Amino acid sequence: MDLTSTAEEEVFRGQLKEWLAKALPTLPPAPDPLDWPGRRAYDTAWQRMLYDAGYAGLHWPADAGGRGATPTQHLIFLEETERAGAPYVGANFVGLLHAGPTVAAEGTAEQRARWLPPVLRGDEIWCQGFSEPDAGSDLASLRTRAVRDGDHYVVSGSKIWTSHAEVADWCELLVRTEPVSESVPKHRGITWLAMRMDAPGVTVRPLRTLAGSTEFAEMFLDEVRIPVTDRVGEENDGWRVTMVTLSFERGTAFVGEVVACRRALGELARAARENGRWSDTVLRRRLGRIGAEFAALWRLTQWNVSEAQRSGGVPGTGGSVFKLRYSHARQELYEVAAEVLGPDALDLSHPWNQDRLSSLSYTIAAGTSQIQQNIVAERILGLPKGR
Amino acid sequence: MDFRLTDDQLALRNGFRELLAGRFDREALRAAVDRGTLDRALWRELGDAGLFSLRLPEARGGVGLGLPEAVLVFEEAGRALLPGPLVATHLAAGAVPGADTGEAVVTASDGALVEWLAEADDVLGQDLAQDARPIRSVDPLTPLHRVGGERTAGPDVVLPPGTNVVTLTLPPDATALTAALLTAALQLGSAARTTELAVQHARQREQFGQPIGAFQAVKHLCAQMLVRTEIARAAVYAAAVTAEAAADEADVTGACVPDAYEAAGAKLLADDAAVRNARDCLQVHGGMGFTWEADVHLHLKRAWVRAGQWITAAEAEELVASRL
Repeated sequence: MDLTSTAEEEVFRGQLKEWLAKALPTLPPAPDPLDWPGRRAYDTAWQRMLYDAGYAGLHWPADAGGRGATPTQHLIFLEETERAGAPYVGANFVGLLHAGPTVAAEGTAEQRARWLPPVLRGDEIWCQGFSEPDAGSDLASLRTRAVRDGDHYVVSGSKIWTSHAEVADWCELLVRTEPVSESVPKHRGITWLAMRMDAPGVTVRPLRTLAGSTEFAEMFLDEVRIPVTDRVGEENDGWRVTMVTLSFERGTAFVGEVVACRRALGELARAARENGRWSDTVLRRRLGRIGAEFAALWRLTQWNVSEAQRSGGVPGTGGSVFKLRYSHARQELYEVAAEVLGPDALDLSHPWNQDRLSSLSYTIAAGTSQIQQNIVAERILGLPKGR
Repeated sequence: MDFRLTDDQLALRNGFRELLAGRFDREALRAAVDRGTLDRALWRELGDAGLFSLRLPEARGGVGLGLPEAVLVFEEAGRALLPGPLVATHLAAGAVPGADTGEAVVTASDGALVEWLAEADDVLGQDLAQDARPIRSVDPLTPLHRVGGERTAGPDVVLPPGTNVVTLTLPPDATALTAALLTAALQLGSAARTTELAVQHARQREQFGQPIGAFQAVKHLCAQMLVRTEIARAAVYAAAVTAEAAADEADVTGACVPDAYEAAGAKLLADDAAVRNARDCLQVHGGMGFTWEADVHLHLKRAWVRAGQWITAAEAEELVASRL
């Protein structure tokens, strides 16, 4: 057990901090959180700055255009960028954390060359076309149909909860290439395709979240033609490819946010000391407990990263354990924030209140807490499958 | 950084697990409950195995290992529900003659209650003279004395004859932090064990034609038990490792102290994991869980005792809050 950094890691940290101190003041002012075209421009500009400085796709393998950094270096990167108040991945989320790593792991040489550099440079934005109106948590029961027509798939159906669809260039799309039957269980017959968002037949209808954002959308697909060469993995092998994607989502996607939450917690304690709420023992003790939770979540992250480092980079089921606790802790954090704010908790212009609303999605998105508990119970504890 | 256990640490943990499986299995546990007294022969065997002298430098006859190794071994002790003032005797190694070898049984006073006072040869901490009375302990394997406070009882105080009161050379807060961390490790072991017991039962027990573990309601109880355990494990191990680092920097041997914030957080989460996991394990066991037949009540009662020792939830929460 060793939590100390090596000399090399400290050099890396030092250079990164130095660069952040110079780079961040040159960023344009942050856009309104609800302005997605504005956020795309802002987030991709930041991505370009990272690219030019050699920090893009830090944890991606070198042959995928990344820096091939160790998971520990990636952790340092997330820690220091959050500490410095740098923007989060934002609109680049799907490309950098889902689709990119999946293409890097499962794509052909041509696919990697076509799709990965624009993600790293911030030139192209990806969205996620997994869920359907009747296939959310039960993802494998999706019905969007792809029929082979020469060297194309012709795709029809609809998707929902498609994050960043409004501003995306590409979509990682799950389709059914083999109808479910007695010989084809629902997990078979699914294929992973990359779809251009400007392809004829794609219609996007933004959905407004309870936080007021249009960060995700409904998507209607009417005989959209997708080249067979844009398929990642084999036909009907999309479920396995998807599991790779989801392990990235659960394994690393929330890491940076823990640092952000710890920073927010510090601000909350400061605010409570200033407005007198700190003298409330119940509130103070709740803050203490959340502080211990987030400290432990950070340690669990370091544990998971150590595991991933040994296993070659693909995150394991530890991500589900992490997500179950993190999503709850984040909601608790903003519940306490509302107590600290008092009457101001009902004023949406305070950023904590936006964060409070957003936090409601954390126990639903990327696999609901109930699904995650099934994963932990069945895959880690070995309990029987059932209903 | 590699947070995972080294091969040596894994070997130490597995060795201790085997030792306890052979020497203190379920039958021995039930026999100990029936007897209610401390098994001095076992205590000496634990001493021989290095449980108490683990962090004592080799030059002084100890094993010369650090806090992370102590935490791993205490986790195993917690898993086996090993009885006795383990933490206090471990802390006394090197300061109280015979503590390192298990010849002496040493308890400690950290508040209103003292465990195993009647069987202790020595007491760490405050002078308990004439101010302790036995209470009916909730845990059948942890006799307790009430000290100080609003004591109303008369002369039924029994301090064992020849009890010595020893003051450690470390500052008391440092002792308390190390004790809290080792207690947290015991709680962690218990939390991991009750998770296993619940999962075993849920896989075997059938109702409505299938194992109850196939029902989500049961599955989710078990999943949350694992989550609590792993969160506590990360906190406990980290508190041990970072204490080592601090000691290295200060070039102090044998006296490394966990950071207060880390130790308090670890104790808080480990107490929570041990108590709540025992309760969920009891629930998974159904009616059987509410009886003396199942072991889970012993885990729950011990977890309650430990949660009241060294750093309580209220103290831990205040301690962490003070650093925010």
